[in-house]
Amino acid sequence: MAIASAGLSKSLRRRWRFSEKLIESFILLNGLLAIIVLLGVLFLLLREGLPAFAYTSPWQFFFGTRWYPVSEPPTFGILSFFMATLWVTLIATAIAVPLGVGCAAYLAEVAPASVRETVKPIVELLAGIPSIVMGLIGLLLLSPLVQGLFNLNTGLCGLTAAIMLAMMSLPIIVTVSEDALRAVPKEFREASYALGATQWETVWHVCLPGALSGIAAAIMLGVGRAIGETMTVLMVAGGALAVPYAPTQPMMPMTAAIASGIGNAVRGGPQYQALFAIALLLFLMTFAVNLVADRVLERQKRKFAR
Amino acid sequence: MNMNHALLNNRAAHNNETKLKTEQVSLFYGTFQALRNISLDIREKAITAIIGPSGCGKSSFLRLFNRMNDLIIGARVDGRVVIDDTNIYDRDIDVVELRKRVGMVFQKPNPFPMSVLENVAFGPRRHGKKNRHELEGIVERSLRQAALWDEVKDKLGQSALALSGGQQQRLCIARVLAVEPEVILMDEPCSALDPIATLRIEDLMRSLSSDYTIVIVTHNMQQAARVSDMAAFLMMEKDRAGILVEYGPTSQIFTNPQDKRTEDYITGRFG
Amino acid sequence: MAALTISRRELTQRTAFSLLVLATAIVTVPVLFIIIYIVVNGAGALSWEFLTQAPSQAGKAGGIFPAIVGTFYLMLGTIIFSLPVGVLAGIYLTEYARANWLTRLINMAILNLAGVPSIVYGLFGLGLFVLAMKFGMSLLAASLTLACQALAMTITTSREAVIAVPREYREGSLAIGTTKWQTIRHVILPQALPGVITGAILAMSRAAGETAPILVVGAAFILPGLPTSPFDQFMALPYHLYTAAAHVPGMSKVTIWGIALVLLVVVLSFNSLAVFIRIRVRQRRFGS
Ligand SMILES: Nc1ncnc2c1ncn2[C@@H]1O[C@H](COP(=O)(O)OP(=O)(O)OP(=O)(O)O)[C@@H](O)[C@H]1O
Ligand SMILES: [Mg+2]
Repeated sequence: MAIASAGLSKSLRRRWRFSEKLIESFILLNGLLAIIVLLGVLFLLLREGLPAFAYTSPWQFFFGTRWYPVSEPPTFGILSFFMATLWVTLIATAIAVPLGVGCAAYLAEVAPASVRETVKPIVELLAGIPSIVMGLIGLLLLSPLVQGLFNLNTGLCGLTAAIMLAMMSLPIIVTVSEDALRAVPKEFREASYALGATQWETVWHVCLPGALSGIAAAIMLGVGRAIGETMTVLMVAGGALAVPYAPTQPMMPMTAAIASGIGNAVRGGPQYQALFAIALLLFLMTFAVNLVADRVLERQKRKFAR
Repeated sequence: MNMNHALLNNRAAHNNETKLKTEQVSLFYGTFQALRNISLDIREKAITAIIGPSGCGKSSFLRLFNRMNDLIIGARVDGRVVIDDTNIYDRDIDVVELRKRVGMVFQKPNPFPMSVLENVAFGPRRHGKKNRHELEGIVERSLRQAALWDEVKDKLGQSALALSGGQQQRLCIARVLAVEPEVILMDEPCSALDPIATLRIEDLMRSLSSDYTIVIVTHNMQQAARVSDMAAFLMMEKDRAGILVEYGPTSQIFTNPQDKRTEDYITGRFG
Repeated sequence: MAALTISRRELTQRTAFSLLVLATAIVTVPVLFIIIYIVVNGAGALSWEFLTQAPSQAGKAGGIFPAIVGTFYLMLGTIIFSLPVGVLAGIYLTEYARANWLTRLINMAILNLAGVPSIVYGLFGLGLFVLAMKFGMSLLAASLTLACQALAMTITTSREAVIAVPREYREGSLAIGTTKWQTIRHVILPQALPGVITGAILAMSRAAGETAPILVVGAAFILPGLPTSPFDQFMALPYHLYTAAAHVPGMSKVTIWGIALVLLVVVLSFNSLAVFIRIRVRQRRFGS
């Protein structure tokens, strides 16, 4: 017995499992990859984009209205791109929010199961349509419509792009808002009914306020999507370089400016760097929007967590 | 008391070697102390039952012996837990090796979603046995030991999830037996089973006890009385930390408890 | 008086609910219209020749075969580069990561990766894979770029799939003396596989439709032959569609809608496949 125990106690000592350690370090490395890629993107944008400010002062860059990449010396003012992004994003949000939240409220609170089962796959379908196809729809179908309706010279303008962007940000707004509404505890609704409120009064005074931060996050995620969308605005927004004063003017949002300029830019040249600087700005904007949206969403989750 | 005294008294000690022991063991989950200063010697090739009210730390205590508590973030152990001559909480202990020697059966049968054969062969395979013939031998031996062979020998290739609850639990026991452990820990192994399946597992435990050291947690006093040689009664102190109240031969714990609290618990539950 | 008040509230409710229905209709009807429109207008272009031949006359004649092949190569490349990494990262986050600042940082990074605009990924790919690593305007560079973009999705879906594996299986395996990796490899991964595959298919479908990144990293509009190595240039459906629609004057509408239809079929069939697998898995898990 004593001998047996001695043998046992010896073999219980830790073994050096080399392959296990190797795999563990490899898994850790992969776990870190998200951070590595994100930092990599930031680093590359900084490295290629910051030198642009050797040609242009930040003031000129952000508030200049002239984008003359090939003149001598070149001028890089992105105000018109920025304003264009602002226009299309604002209008897209203004269109998408009432529709998206209304649809979510209908699905979460009112719709019978059969309607919900039909509508949800359609919303998922919309999320699956590639942005190039949406651009095509805007280009060939919507823009003549907008042109005729508003009596414009061209239907390729901020408004048309904004309508398409609104459609494209709808799926995320609907899904996240619906989840937020569903997270409102049943007891709140019952309490409201018990006080004699109608179903709509309950939705309006209890459910929507209860889900407010979740809906806010949904809207922000939709905004993030609209800011970053490229193909649709490239094809539909009109591509004019002037600072847009009305949504019905042709315009060139930041993403479109990058996409249309990068093909002709000399690698490592001033225009190339200026485009990377725009991308850097874009990156920081979406980063901020997503971060805030996540914070808000976390708060919403904690609100009803028990 | 409608208990069968003869049954209780026939547990003659056949072996007095100590296989496992805890020395002044305390267990913490973060700042919460779940166990306080527990010292206990567990005899080799006998069945030791851990009983006590819900939440007193029985499962936590059982999981000390295969360091399953390591999986819980923030869990900390003070004191020594010794198997043979080795403190398993020494820094250089190989937990994987330890768990090969100290197997565990859980409250809810948890066969893997694989075939019956693959379930039993799982452990040996992971420990490097590749030879198909040898594996089949191990599977048959383990299933026979677990008194399951006759019921499943024609459906070794079928999913283990298709077995009944009692069969699944015996399969889990066979899965542990296949890695040839020295100690088997069982945490309320019958609580999810019907009375007939329960009796079969109890029979199985008795037959295994001649070769294995078995520690079982149970809520069922009759079961503790029926199957165990030794019994330990745990209880909570005011701060909800579990302490050992009494430990001794099962017959003594159930018929002649030395501690008033044990007696209250036994009679409250049992009489 | 009381009756009057109630009927006004009733009226408010009816109006409000009608507006909600209207919103839902405005959200859904255009989607159906778009799909039907593309099917109806694109179907005319579909022919054996269209699907199996190379384009000629600046895409106005011939077919789109190289673009279809290029898109499948891209989907494949994307998944080859992003899936293993995504699965391992998902495993790290569920099985190894502690609740500490590093894990919070990783989760934040994943979240933001998902929000980075696709054109920014394009510039990243251009700067890193095309120029710095000298892969050139190639299938390889484009696949790597799309893989970076797909990463957030493969990590999240793998993580969800791994989390869904019941704890009992882990304990059952560890309790018979297997190592952590053995448990992951032989118990957890097989269980998580359907979920992982669902995520992979969704990522592939997304990659098939991406245009902006490959526009930057260098898809070609017309190429004489199929790519023969990862370092070759390639055609792809979305880029072909973009150029045909926006840059080729006199392109026939039927051809344009035809390309759109093919792209849509590729993307949506992968999406439905993913949904199908998800439903099947759910049925199996909760059905029995
Ligand atoms: N992972 C954990 N983290 C924190 N506290 C825990 C954890 N597991 C158990 N506890 C606490 O430790 C105490 C003992 O739990 P344990 O599960 O060991 O009791 P038990 O005697 O097995 O109970 P039962 O009879 O209900 O199974 C309880 O107060 C429980 O809340
Ligand atoms: Mg317990």
